[in-house]
Amino acid sequence: MTKILIKGNIAIAESAVIAGCRYYFGYPITPQNEIPMYLSGRLPEAGGVFVQAESELAAINMVFGAAATGARVMTTTSSPGYSLMQEGISYIAAAELPCVLANIMRGGPGLGNIAPAQADYFQAVKGGGHGDYRLIVLAPQSVQETADLTMEAFNLADRYRNPVLLLLDGLLALMSEPVELPKPDRIEKYPKEWALTGAKGRSRNVIRTLWLNPDDRVTKHNCHLLEKYDRIRNELIKYETYKTEDADLIIVAYGTSARVSRTGIDLARQAGIKAGLIRPVTLWPFPEKVIRDAAGPGKKFLSVEMSMGQLVEDVRLAVNGKSEVHHFGIGGGWVPTEVEVFEKIKELV
Amino acid sequence: MAIVFKKPRSMTDTHMHYCPGCGHGVAHRLVAEVIDELNVREETIAVAPVGCAVLAYDYWDFDVTESAHGRAPAVATGIKRVFPDKVVFTYQGDGDLISIGGNELLHCANRGENITVVFINNTVYGMTGGQMAPTTLPGQKTTTTPLGRDPATEGHPIRVCELLSSIPGVKYLERVSLDKTANIIKARKALMKAFQAQLDKKGFSLVEMLTPCPTNWGMNAHESLKFISNDVIKYFPTGVIKDEL
Ligand SMILES: Cc1ncc(C[n+]2csc(CCOP(=O)(O)OP(=O)(O)O)c2C)c(N)n1
Repeated sequence: MTKILIKGNIAIAESAVIAGCRYYFGYPITPQNEIPMYLSGRLPEAGGVFVQAESELAAINMVFGAAATGARVMTTTSSPGYSLMQEGISYIAAAELPCVLANIMRGGPGLGNIAPAQADYFQAVKGGGHGDYRLIVLAPQSVQETADLTMEAFNLADRYRNPVLLLLDGLLALMSEPVELPKPDRIEKYPKEWALTGAKGRSRNVIRTLWLNPDDRVTKHNCHLLEKYDRIRNELIKYETYKTEDADLIIVAYGTSARVSRTGIDLARQAGIKAGLIRPVTLWPFPEKVIRDAAGPGKKFLSVEMSMGQLVEDVRLAVNGKSEVHHFGIGGGWVPTEVEVFEKIKELV
Repeated sequence: MAIVFKKPRSMTDTHMHYCPGCGHGVAHRLVAEVIDELNVREETIAVAPVGCAVLAYDYWDFDVTESAHGRAPAVATGIKRVFPDKVVFTYQGDGDLISIGGNELLHCANRGENITVVFINNTVYGMTGGQMAPTTLPGQKTTTTPLGRDPATEGHPIRVCELLSSIPGVKYLERVSLDKTANIIKARKALMKAFQAQLDKKGFSLVEMLTPCPTNWGMNAHESLKFISNDVIKYFPTGVIKDEL
């Protein structure tokens, strides 16, 4: 077991290569630039292709094209660039093309800043582009988990024929930690008989998102997609709990916020306050049930997030009025400290 | 009895949805004939546009993907980078190619992607109801230029071939017209050259076809062909614009 010291960005890039990704299309934007910079050298060395696209709009459509051939493909970006990709992501989801995306979140709205944030939560889990579609959204909290989830992202994309989004705040992407990279034997292979490879020895394949015929309607396609999304909901929800059994106050947080909150909870426990943590690893599908089951009279929930209050809305939906739900956080570069989280817990309990 | 004319292998039997007199049907067939003649049907992956030709995948009997409005050159780039030995082409209208998709076209050409673009210039947005396109002629009436296109405020029509001709990665550019049989034969030859260039790995090629849109021009089929011969060709001269093969 050899560990190497790398940043979250590099963990995504190298794990993608290990996962068999040979195609990358992207456009520079801070704080994810290390990914394209790394892959511009690494992919050709591995027999793959790196293209610096003219925009994120072009990049996501290049991903569409490469994914349509059945190849493992990835693009990465940061908040403003992710906004520009939304049209393409809607098409990719509609066409059910597997691919991996990463959004290394920075401050917004607008150009915002380049500091870490978690303010693209709505965009990630509620759609972002037009129409009824879902992405599988994975939220690591460490560089190790980033590496592992990158490998898993490619497997899930192929398994469900669905785009998978890695959602990280900029801090996690730029932080270095010792990592054991995933092994290539974790690659899962799925048949891709739908892929465009040239109609040799088979009838033609068509990839489309337009359904005009009365007997072939979008309503039908949407029902097909919903069936898949329900299957994902049943099979995939991932989360971690920490000291929730006897907790009077449960924090719900992901990524860096979750990691800091855990230490804040330890401080609270030392002060005799029963606090706990639910950390969603899949933001979509959202671990609604574990939150709902933990809710009840006298218990309080606190969403700690580096945004003005987005995750908190899903916590409220899950709790469904059974407990008080509070929000703690600011978007645009604020990162919680364990002491701040502890103070907030004290204030609420 | 010898068969002298039949449906190309690369076409399906599906009835086309195009209006009477539309140029898309002829252009589709020319592409299919050329794919057959080069014997590359099983190696071909086409990228359909958003526009009247969005349903091209119903009519061609080879692998086809749809793409978002204007993004076909980026989608084609993604395909070609995975399969450098397959035949990859986009088929795009003027709005798709040079209005909403101008940036994707320009940079695809500038990278010298070894793909072929079949560009259908009918001077209007056919699908959405005959609005002004980047190629609408000066003075031409459309549903969004009711008094005729005024270059002072709406700009001049964009000559795509001329615009692209200075780019080193672009190897073959020809403008053809589907107004007369003789010109349709020339169009077929131009497509042959462009696709052969791709097979020879020369780089980016584009064939622009001037095609009629009787419905949105408010003309009958015959008048619309005359409009191309008398007016459209004046602004968009036919011929080889660039040949570095
Ligand atoms: C993002 C986006 N904007 C607008 C449209 C609406 N739209 C569909 S086709 C089209 C214009 C097509 O015109 P052209 O490319 O010239 O092709 P034609 O229909 O004339 O063959 C437009 C504006 C769309 N589908 N997507």
